[in-house]
Amino acid sequence: MDQHNSHHQPELRVYLRVWLWLFVLSVLSYLVDISGLEGLPKWGLITLFMLLKAGLIVAFFMHMAWERLSIIYTVLLPPAVLLFLAALMAMEANYTLVSRLGVAN
Amino acid sequence: MATHDSDASPQREGTAGLIRDWSVDRRVFDVPWGKAMMWLFILSDVFIFACFLVGYMVLRMSTVEPWPDASEVFALTIAGQSIPLLLIAIMTFILISSSGTMALAVKYGYANDRRKTAILLLITALLGASFVGMQAFEWAILIGEGVRPWENPWGAAQFGAVFFLITGFHGTHVTIGVIFIVIMAVKVMRGSLDGQRPGFLTGRKGSYGMVESLGLYWHFVDLVWVFIFAFFYLW
Repeated sequence: MDQHNSHHQPELRVYLRVWLWLFVLSVLSYLVDISGLEGLPKWGLITLFMLLKAGLIVAFFMHMAWERLSIIYTVLLPPAVLLFLAALMAMEANYTLVSRLGVAN
Repeated sequence: MATHDSDASPQREGTAGLIRDWSVDRRVFDVPWGKAMMWLFILSDVFIFACFLVGYMVLRMSTVEPWPDASEVFALTIAGQSIPLLLIAIMTFILISSSGTMALAVKYGYANDRRKTAILLLITALLGASFVGMQAFEWAILIGEGVRPWENPWGAAQFGAVFFLITGFHGTHVTIGVIFIVIMAVKVMRGSLDGQRPGFLTGRKGSYGMVESLGLYWHFVDLVWVFIFAFFYLW
């Protein structure tokens, strides 16, 4: 378990910079919430900041940027099917909503 | 000690390296097995939390009643002024900071700096514990206001079920993380990792790779909070 001689250790300032960016992105997403933006701009910005934060954490804090492709693909590709699940369930939820509204009328 | 390719050729990068890693008759992942297994565990946990969040999406999309406005539900009143999502914002910053200290603990662990590693681990645990404390405080406020898994004063009844399930599951992950980080800090302090002492439950020799695996788990907990913060609190 002590074979970290090939292990890349980024410099301190890399971590501090990532840390700072995570703070900034969190503040920005909080500002979106209290700014009163509605609809697509609000969701778009919240999702954008969320994905940027997630990317920073995975790439630098979790060292994914320095791993080999074999481990990157093993970890990052399977969750892509979750988008498919979300799409299917969104259609299902929409159908449920329509049928509930139909009963209510 | 170090495991090299069985043949003398240097490791290839890019797609050629990817194909080689999978096709050459040796282990695929060129990392300590503990780290590879932690990644696979995290992958499985990703699916668990994703199922919760997708379930939340289904409930929220399909309800005919209005969904309670998180900005108002989670507002804190300070000096007569209602500040939306204040507690959640503080919790978010605390968790991000704890992720930062954890990353530094891993770095100083590999630098064999026992003192700094132990201190950073303890700070991480402290931040994590305060996060759980605030979570408990938030639960107490909401329960006091009449939020139950089956009802709440503001709108769609499913709100409470989703809130308690998702934040409860995440809080449990944080709690388990805090316990393991404290254990790891003790191991670091008494020199178990330098001395490669086997653990209490396993015969595995101690190493600073363990701090990195634990760090992966902790960053994952932070990562999940990023998604909960966006989808449940801000959306």
